Amino acid sequence: MSTPAIEIEGLTKDYPVGFWRPRMRRSLDHLTLQVEDGEVFGFLGPNGAGKTTTLKVLMSIIFPSSGTARVRGKSIDDVRMHREIGYLPEQPYFYDYLTARELLDYYARLFGFGAADRRERITRFLKRVGLAQAADVQLRKFSKGMLQRVGIAQAILHDPQVIFLDEPMSGLDPVGRREVRDIIHALKREGRTVFFSTHILSDAEMLCDRVGVLVGGKLQGVGAPGDIVSMEVYAMEILFETPAGRPLPSSLAKSAARVGGRHRVEVPEDQLYPVLDELRSCEARILSITPLRPTLEDYFFRLVGRENSTPQPVEVASG
Amino acid sequence: MSAIPGIVAVNTFREAVRDRVLYNLIVFALMMIGASVLVGEISIGISRLVIINLGLSAISLFGLVMAVFIGVGLVYKEMEKRTLYSLLAKPVRRWEFLVGKFGGLLLTLTVNKFFMALGLAAALYYVSREFLRADATVLLAIYFILLELALVTALALFFSCFSSPMLSTLFTLGIYVAGFFSSDIRGIGMVTHSPAMQTTARIISYLLPNFRNFNVMAAASHGDAIPFSLIWQNTAYAALYVALLLIAASAIFSGRNLK
Repeated sequence: MSTPAIEIEGLTKDYPVGFWRPRMRRSLDHLTLQVEDGEVFGFLGPNGAGKTTTLKVLMSIIFPSSGTARVRGKSIDDVRMHREIGYLPEQPYFYDYLTARELLDYYARLFGFGAADRRERITRFLKRVGLAQAADVQLRKFSKGMLQRVGIAQAILHDPQVIFLDEPMSGLDPVGRREVRDIIHALKREGRTVFFSTHILSDAEMLCDRVGVLVGGKLQGVGAPGDIVSMEVYAMEILFETPAGRPLPSSLAKSAARVGGRHRVEVPEDQLYPVLDELRSCEARILSITPLRPTLEDYFFRLVGRENSTPQPVEVASG
Repeated sequence: MSAIPGIVAVNTFREAVRDRVLYNLIVFALMMIGASVLVGEISIGISRLVIINLGLSAISLFGLVMAVFIGVGLVYKEMEKRTLYSLLAKPVRRWEFLVGKFGGLLLTLTVNKFFMALGLAAALYYVSREFLRADATVLLAIYFILLELALVTALALFFSCFSSPMLSTLFTLGIYVAGFFSSDIRGIGMVTHSPAMQTTARIISYLLPNFRNFNVMAAASHGDAIPFSLIWQNTAYAALYVALLLIAASAIFSGRNLK
């Protein structure tokens, strides 16, 4: 059996809050999680859920209060682990006095690549993230989207097996988001493991083999988007048009909504055919019938809503 | 031997150059030119004395300002701007980062002092129309200033590992000033006649860096020879003190949760 790409066991992070009488506040609560090799894993959660804290602990930017984590079998305390990972911080900021090429060259040197290898990699990865034309522009002149791209380039520059991306779509326009999605797809095709945090659920639904939902520092659920969201149809959506001057059937008059000259109605699945019969009787033109299933977003909001309705004991005893 | 401190140092030097830190050389050059022209009217012995004193004082002062104000921001800036996040995700140990930052500022100071030394030499040549054997002492004085600045940089870096830039500046300048009086502190202890006070004063005086030993401006301006023993003693003292400060800074910084 192959070693999991990421193993997190009981990871907990407490912060002292207050100056005179500091009390401990828990931002990550016994997180246990395993991500398999070659998987694209989406780490979901609202702001302040502990997603960035988890990534910072994994990168040894901060240290856990308890618990352990391993990446490709190596402890996160082991500096050799960092040769096998790439990391894009949230809202990345880089040395703005450097050009994109110089920045990547600096990072490539830290991995010990030779001059020719560095040149080849930098050209290849700048092209991959769409920054070939801006290679020699100082980063202080880069837009947020361009910084995000250079951030992705530095995260994958050394061909790491496991890539951690903290909110990679944040601040990007639709074109930029699409490009990042394509890069993540390509990384998956190359057999790499991608662990990314996001609050854009449609991206997670589109990209991830599995997702984990973190709320209030606690992991609330893990699984394939299709598994954790019930595939059961809860309603049928009918979009239709009626001939000019023909009123709607009385049974639909209240429930149908008018949308740009058309009507839209949601009916229970067992009521579909009777409603269609009524629409036929008034010579309505059916434009579409769509089964409605709960989305990852619904699941997410249900969890967040449950968390918000239950007061959480966030303060913990110090020591 | 890890190559990472060297890579970080070169980048730190590049930052200083691009942030126009070396522009102070222009001010120094103008000062030297102005002084050379102004002292041209005085007799040749006195004009050399004025040029050497003025030059060495300026080299020391410019260096001190750079070492303290850039030194306290070396780590803080990287934490504040979060550039450290991507760096620490690479195979970089925290001590390697610290030593690299120290090395980068020391390289900046060395380049700065090298050009200032050239400026001072040019000014001395302008007033005497020749290079004298005694000018070698001026070079030694500049070397001692560099050793002193290495120590100040290490102090600034050490304090910045656990305090804000403002506090670090105050601590570093405080230690710098106190370091000139370390032998006086021992003297104060002796006059108290209290064994406890004497011991305390002695411990403090040994802990404080002795900056007075690095000041050979008077000898340099009068062309007096500097004993070889002072050269190696100052070099070894600065190296040891810097090493201890960097070890302590690394120990503190390695356990620190970054923002």
